[in-house]
Amino acid sequence: MSPDAAQNLIHLTYLVAVALFILALKWLSSPATARHGVLGGEIGAALAVVATLAGAEVIEYKWVVAALVAGAVVGVPLGLVPMTAVPQRTALSHAFGALAAALVGSAEYYARLPNVSRFGMAEIALEVIIGSLTLTGSMIAAGKLQEILPQRPITFRGQNLVSLSVLGAAVAIAVALVVHPENTQLFPVMVAVALLFGALLVTPIGGADMPTVISLLNSYAGLSAALLGFVLNSKVLVVAGALDGSSGFILSVIMCRAMNRSFTNVMFGAFGQVEATAAAAEEKRPVRSATPEEAAAILASASKVIIVPGYGMAVAQAQHKVRELYDAMTKRGVDVKFGIHPVAGRMPGHMNVLLAEADIPYDKLLDMETVNGEFPETDVALVIGANDVTNPAARLDRSSPIYGMPILDVDKARTAMVIKRSLNPGFAGIDNPLYYLDKTLMLFGDAKAFVAGIVHELGGHGHP
Amino acid sequence: MPADFISNLYVFVLAAFVGFEVIRRVSPLLHTPLMSLTNALDAIVVVAAIIIAGRHETALSTVLGVVAVAASFSNMVGGFLITDRMLRMFKLSKTKKP
Repeated sequence: MSPDAAQNLIHLTYLVAVALFILALKWLSSPATARHGVLGGEIGAALAVVATLAGAEVIEYKWVVAALVAGAVVGVPLGLVPMTAVPQRTALSHAFGALAAALVGSAEYYARLPNVSRFGMAEIALEVIIGSLTLTGSMIAAGKLQEILPQRPITFRGQNLVSLSVLGAAVAIAVALVVHPENTQLFPVMVAVALLFGALLVTPIGGADMPTVISLLNSYAGLSAALLGFVLNSKVLVVAGALDGSSGFILSVIMCRAMNRSFTNVMFGAFGQVEATAAAAEEKRPVRSATPEEAAAILASASKVIIVPGYGMAVAQAQHKVRELYDAMTKRGVDVKFGIHPVAGRMPGHMNVLLAEADIPYDKLLDMETVNGEFPETDVALVIGANDVTNPAARLDRSSPIYGMPILDVDKARTAMVIKRSLNPGFAGIDNPLYYLDKTLMLFGDAKAFVAGIVHELGGHGHP
Repeated sequence: MPADFISNLYVFVLAAFVGFEVIRRVSPLLHTPLMSLTNALDAIVVVAAIIIAGRHETALSTVLGVVAVAASFSNMVGGFLITDRMLRMFKLSKTKKP
């Protein structure tokens, strides 16, 4: 085969890979076809990798093969983490993706010296800046999710000014490089400043905002890959990066809407500080509480129950007990469904994965819009480890910091039951008027133990 | 402005539109697997990294390329693996209600 024909064959293989990538995402529209999507993506990726390895540009295999082996050795354990650890794994993979893109962009800069065009320099600088800030931003996010770093927002006076100045410095160095691309000593400085900016960007963001941040970093990681495609004139990277970038962007928009926040507010707002004072002003009001026996009796006589799980359920590792509760009630003929808020969990869709892992059928997992239509004809809404996403103040109280945030209308069910350790306000420090309603029963205790107690009473095999 | 840039821009804009239309239809049930799958697809950066590492120019570019290959290939392997693990768990109710 002539070199030109071989090169064309490689490009055609890339085209097939890209088509398979798009099909893979299309198949993800339903859980029934979703696994074809993984297979399609795997075939596409494998074809592209093999075609590249067979291409004429690779002349030294030793290091390439060693690197592929190292990647597999790191990648397999990262593919086998427990489902509760998926958010930090995802943040880490954004970091790896951004690292790869930034390194390839940097290598391209050094390879082109001393003949770097200004336009090419601008592309490389933008790509490397976005890749670098995504790398450190994602690592900070992963650290917060893994709870190596504190979850609360870390802030100091003038933080936004400092962050924006650092970004401005990175851009200024990039401009200087575009004017004089041969100024090689500036390049590592630009990378360092961009790395610093990424860290400054994510450090002040609190744990409750992680679903948005992780989606936004997803978008940046995709963007850096697409920009790398521009640098290298590689259409397969442009397309894969554009798909990843638009996916991250759509998820960020969904997360922002679900919290009634803007991007700027998430990135520069440092949520969860002002509200502490508002909550402290609340008087202690009486609540009704119940024991597992009483809760079980009410649940047993219900005909329709909606369970609203929050991240607290996952923290208490209660999802398997919740499945037993689901089984025990279903056996008694109770119609049990789950209402999932878009920001339940630490990343988009996380709660669905945790419940699916506990063997709860996905046709019982309803999204917010669907389930909100069902609360008025629901006998019992059982809230487990969720707080702010059930707070009616978001609908009713204009002065509430979460006013306007779409919530699950638990208060519209005939009875609301809330499993909670104490009356302490949740993540965002906002008091929840739901707890003081006449129709609400507070079930004080550890989520796992309490659910086990209810299951026991219902004649299941749950031992507290 | 180089001609390559314009053609890449076309591809980028069209791919972004396709991305929006396809991803908008992904069930919210599967948003976590969506993110891990797009991550694995994005790891196609590995093909560029392989060329940097394999074209054997300078020690610096080989080192940068090797690290990039390892980082992106770990995303590819881990991303597909965890996506499939998650999707395998999504099951329908065994007995349909009448």
